[in-house]
Formats: sequence, C-alpha cells, structure tokens
Amino acid sequence: MPTFVYMTRCDGCGHCVDICPSDIMHIDKTYRRAYNIEPSMCWECYSCVKACPQNAIDVRGYADFAPLGHSVRVQRDEQKGTIAWKIKFRNGTEKNFLSPITTKPWGTAIPKLADAPAPSKAMRDGELLYSEPKFIRMDDGPLHTLEAAGLKMKKGVYY
Amino acid sequence: MFTNNPFAALSGMLPASVMQAYVVLMVVAVIAGTLFDITHKGSARYFFDNWRKSKGRGTKEVGGGELASIAIRTGVVDVLTSGEFCNPRRRLAHLLTMYGFVLYVATTVLMIFRYASPGAATPALVPLLWWIGALMICVGGYWFWFFIRVDVAAEGHSPLRVVHADLFILSLLVSVTLGLIWAAVQASGASGAGLLFGLYVIATTVLFGSVPWSKFAHMFFKPAAAFEKRLSKANGTAENLPTLSRDDPEQRQRHSMELLRDAPMDMGLGIKREAPRHY
Repeated sequence: MPTFVYMTRCDGCGHCVDICPSDIMHIDKTYRRAYNIEPSMCWECYSCVKACPQNAIDVRGYADFAPLGHSVRVQRDEQKGTIAWKIKFRNGTEKNFLSPITTKPWGTAIPKLADAPAPSKAMRDGELLYSEPKFIRMDDGPLHTLEAAGLKMKKGVYY
Repeated sequence: MFTNNPFAALSGMLPASVMQAYVVLMVVAVIAGTLFDITHKGSARYFFDNWRKSKGRGTKEVGGGELASIAIRTGVVDVLTSGEFCNPRRRLAHLLTMYGFVLYVATTVLMIFRYASPGAATPALVPLLWWIGALMICVGGYWFWFFIRVDVAAEGHSPLRVVHADLFILSLLVSVTLGLIWAAVQASGASGAGLLFGLYVIATTVLFGSVPWSKFAHMFFKPAAAFEKRLSKANGTAENLPTLSRDDPEQRQRHSMELLRDAPMDMGLGIKREAPRHY
C-alpha cells in the first residue's frame, strides 16, 4: 500500500524525505512538493504519513483488498504522546483508536550507553546480544505470558 | 539614493506612458497565466469537487456566520501570517518575501503611475518603501534559496542546483536584485544604467510572463486549499483524519491510555526537535 502526497496540502518541508527508510520520498523538481518516486519499493512503514506535519500523505490501498470508499488515516501527536487512527470501511463502519507512543517526555529516557562497562571477552564470544538475557528475562523463571503477568485478553483491545 | 524615484529619472529617456503600458501588460500576463494555470491543471475543478464531496459527507452543518469566520481565520492566520508553515525559519523567510513583494509592487505601481512624469515630485517615503520592500524580498528569498530549500542528501546534489521549481524564486530574486543595482547605479551617475535597466526588464518579464510554468499561481490556490482544510474540520469530515485526542477527558479514561494516566500533557517534541536537513 504505497504512499502518495496531496500536493495542495504539502508545503515541501522535507520531514518525509528525512524520515523515509527507503529514501524514496523526494522533492519534486517542478513544484517543490514531496512525492513517492518509486511506489513499488515502498515498505509501507507509514513513517512519512506519521511524520508529515500537514497530514499531506496518505496510503493507497491495493485494489484487490481495499475497495473504494475505505480510508485509513493516522495522526501522530508527539506533544501529547499519542497516535490516533481512524479506519473507515466501505460499508460506513468507522473505528477510532488512540494509543500512547511514549510514556515519558521525549528525550528523558535515553540510555547512557557510553557510561556502560565494556563487554568482556566471554560476552563478545557469546551468542547473546547486549543486555540479554537480563532484559528479555530469560533467566527469570518460566515463559512469560499474559496469565503469568496477571493480565487477561480483552476483546477489542488485544484481539 | 533611497529617496529618489528611479522611474522619474528614467522618464527623460522612456515616456511614462510606455512604462505604464508595460505594467498593465504584466498585470494582464499574470491574470491570463493564472487562468491558464487553473484551467490546464484543473485546480479550480478539483477544489470545487472536493468542496461538494466534503459537504455531502459532513456530519455538521456549517452556517453562513461560521463560514465567514472560517474565511476570516484563513485570511488572518494562513494568508497574512503564513500560518501553515511548520518550520519557523521558512515562515519568516516567506513573510519577508511576501510583504516585501507587496510593498515593492505597490510602490513601483505608485511611482510609475503617479510620479513618473517629468514635473511630478515623488514623496521621499515612496522610493524608501520601494527599497525596503526590495531588500525584504532579497533577505527572505536568498535565505530561502541558499539555506532553507529542501534537497535530497542521498543524491548528493549541489546546494546551487537549479530545477524547474526555482523558476519563480530565481526570476523574482534576479528581477529585484537587478532593479536595486540599476537604481543604485542610476543614482550614482555611473555608466551602464541602460544595460542594467534592460536586464531588469527582461528578468521582470520572465517573472510575470512565466506564471503558467512557475509557482507564482500559488498565491491564489494556497488560500483556497487552506480554507478548504479549515472547512473540513468545521463540518466534521476532517478529511477522514482522526479526531480523538488526549485533551478530551473522556478519551483519557480509555483502556489504551492507561500508561499515560500520570504522564504530563505536554511531552515535548520528538522527531520534530530536529528540522529536516537534506543538503
């Protein structure tokens, strides 16, 4: 589902160009507006859609599964720390979601890796990655599940 | 130099009526170019189609009073203060160029139509405002072109690369810069003023004559787009964008918002802390 740009909304600020992991968002040479130069190479990651301050980028659903009249739009409000989605189905059904994207103010929870001790030879030769197994808690009892954590599957939330 | 009307000094060589005819020709070129642009690109049809669609899908009725208030807000926020720009540097550069252009065009017209005849004495303020307007264009325009213009770093383009999109800004800058140099040379009495004036006229003709191919017409369709955006928010469609927000106390009680219950309402800036850098 590659992205496309509403040219009348775009002001050519370049946030999408900066953020695109595939480097396929470029600035058009004729109108100085953003455009997706190669939709078939789009990862559909939505980074540009979320980063656009003008909400000028949308996603084109493939014709075989996204029938006409549908809409999936997103609004990332980083100052409030939330992301909201509005999904409109062809039959008029509408679903709205609001979720956190950070739980702490931006920039306040950056790990200070420079202060961490250097890995030993055994750690370098081992197959575990940095901070494993501590942060995946493999050494902390059996497999972690929702039940083990005292949580329940909630309809409309988890499934 | 700053208080002399450069067009009055020129009237000995070039009759005021010829200068006036040229200004009228440029106005006609802008109007014809804009109409051609609107027809050729179908932008007017696009806006009206969108407006109709938005009206049909709207969940709220927008009355005449509200419509007028939206139009006023569009005029004040989006047009007069270039409120749509998210980058403050771009906004400032745009404001300098826009108001400089208005001042420059208005004073040029005034000096040519009112004070270009040999006997007419130009009030010192008018040429001074012409200089200020032209310098504002230069500051905003060169700042934008050399430092703010977006490029794609991955392709390693030179910051001096010229593309089709530069037609408007470059013809404006060349025209105004040549105008200033011509006025300065003419005031100092040095030779070459005639040649500079010729180049100034060519650059100005390119600026106003290239409307269908440049982005000059944006000053007409951008306000329409801004109005449409505000209208879609007012009529409830919001271009299908989500309207849920953490500002709403009811939304803060959602299960999905549990982790943000004790978080501050302003989390600061994330990726927008850094302006895009593409050079």
